[in-house]
Amino acid sequence: MITQKHISWAIGLAVLLVLPLIIKQIFPGTDRYYLHLVIQILIWAFIYTGWSMMGRFGLTSLGHGAFTGIGAYVTVMLWNFAGITPWIGIPVAMLVATIAGVLVGYPCFRMRITGHYFALLTLAFTEFVRLCIVGLRDWTGGSLGTQPARYGDGLSLYAMQFEPNRVLAYYIVLAIWLVGLIIWVKVDRSMDRYALDAASQDEDAAASVGINVTREKLKITALSSAMCAFGGAIYGQYQMYIGPDTIAGLGVSLNIVFAVIAGGIWSLFGPTFGAVFTQVLAETLRVGLRGSETLSKLLGQSALALDTFIYGLLLVLFIIYMPKGVVGTLAERWKRKARP
Amino acid sequence: MFGFFSSLDCSLDVFFVEALLNGVLLAGLLALLALGLNLIFGVIDVVWICYAELVMVGMYAIFYFVQVLGLPLPLAFLMGIGLVACAGTILHYLVIRPVLDQPPINQLLVTGGVLFLLQAAATMAFGIEFRNLGIRLGSVNFGDMSFAWSRIITFAVALGAMILLWQFLTRTYIGTAIRAISQDRQIMPLMGVDQKKIYLATSAIGGGLAGLAACLMVLQYDIYPQIGLQFGPLVFMICVLGGLGNMVGGFVAAFIIAQFITIGGSCVATEWGYAIAFLFFMLVIFVRPQGLFGAKS
Repeated sequence: MITQKHISWAIGLAVLLVLPLIIKQIFPGTDRYYLHLVIQILIWAFIYTGWSMMGRFGLTSLGHGAFTGIGAYVTVMLWNFAGITPWIGIPVAMLVATIAGVLVGYPCFRMRITGHYFALLTLAFTEFVRLCIVGLRDWTGGSLGTQPARYGDGLSLYAMQFEPNRVLAYYIVLAIWLVGLIIWVKVDRSMDRYALDAASQDEDAAASVGINVTREKLKITALSSAMCAFGGAIYGQYQMYIGPDTIAGLGVSLNIVFAVIAGGIWSLFGPTFGAVFTQVLAETLRVGLRGSETLSKLLGQSALALDTFIYGLLLVLFIIYMPKGVVGTLAERWKRKARP
Repeated sequence: MFGFFSSLDCSLDVFFVEALLNGVLLAGLLALLALGLNLIFGVIDVVWICYAELVMVGMYAIFYFVQVLGLPLPLAFLMGIGLVACAGTILHYLVIRPVLDQPPINQLLVTGGVLFLLQAAATMAFGIEFRNLGIRLGSVNFGDMSFAWSRIITFAVALGAMILLWQFLTRTYIGTAIRAISQDRQIMPLMGVDQKKIYLATSAIGGGLAGLAACLMVLQYDIYPQIGLQFGPLVFMICVLGGLGNMVGGFVAAFIIAQFITIGGSCVATEWGYAIAFLFFMLVIFVRPQGLFGAKS
């Protein structure tokens, strides 16, 4: 039976499919820029969705900046120094990230490290990976970052490079984002979800009814770290530049966590909304400040930090007044209204 | 690449001893930083992710007082400590208090928002350039080894501050109340201790310690908006390694971590010193999740 839900899904998907045409109509001339913005939102939305898999079950990891970093760097290093195509490089990178995730996760879950300790331990892991990237500067370019070697004119199936063709890049990341949402729904409907929900409420009680808590947590960690590594790799392939500050490290971890919290950690579109919100906020402020002479004169070059300032302020307000995030809070209100 | 393996020949020579002693000096500063964070966690049960950013605010404040307002250094130091102590109180009042009954992880994340806020505010006010007070205190030589005076002073002051805090916690009424609250949060209000007041006092002391650390750090380090990200993770690691909330444990852990950093740094390269320290930390926590000196819960 076709319900209202199905129709709204179909309309949404149709709009997304013709979005490049719409953008071309509304912003002729600057459509490449707007497409770039949408592509960035979709890549980050996928990464955020990957994080929220763990985050929603109380596993607040600050280690996902390490997984995106591993994804991007392993792929690019294999391509630049061994000539291995990203078609093999990305699965290898995901495998490395999964192994790293399990290696950090297993002792944590066995020893029941949760809450503050889990967050701070994964934070240490992020720093460890970032320092390794910086330390191996002969390969990775250190803190300056590096670029994947361009293959031909930069448009190649073999090298998985698609940056010059923005429309193609859009459809690729759109597909990736959709797969991310499907994985989210699959997890949401699985038995594991109930097991993890139970474990996040009370680990002893969950174990007593026969849930293998460690194994369930490891499964979700493996999935989440592989997704983030994949997202990081795609980010590198699209951006054609990777640096420890943009794709690995504590800053990235914190951005992931906060965007998801702002969007809503328990809703399907929460992480996506977080990505839209943070990217659009940063871009509007950047463009707005460059456009307005009085403001840029007033703030000078430091205007660059205004978006982070507002972002930080909003995060504090969100956590205090809207701990369920924008999407979660709106959904709750809507439900309350629907019920008489 | 991997060229550093050839330089891995740290025998017990002068450089090794120099690195060892410099590690001890660095440990003083790290222990002071960890102390403030541990005090706050022990009493309020909240981790201030933005703790190192408070130190950064203090450093910029001192820089501003000295370079722009032209105040004498000691006065600038005192005002810096006072300012960060106020900042700690305000942080508790405006940000921590509203989330005290939310899940612990939200309390940790809300201070993360403050981290972004303070970093951006510093960038907007002072730009991204590296700043310093231009104070050169020189160094003292023992044979072939040389130690910067600024480090020695830092060590001595940090040690003095820790002894003072200990005296305060054990000898005064409010100090006793602080220790009591950190042992049992539920019972203390029944004994006539105003929990809210104690929390504010603790936040002020924690902030004051961050301010003191700022005074010591402007003597040694350049000031830039991201300096918190350099020290913050290190301080969390020390606190967790020593057992969150355990002040003596944090003190010992600071010495262990500082040795990894300075000896690793002088044998290989600075990043690898840090990387090994983080790896060591993770391995220890896997075996002893409560930290080296934490009590088993």
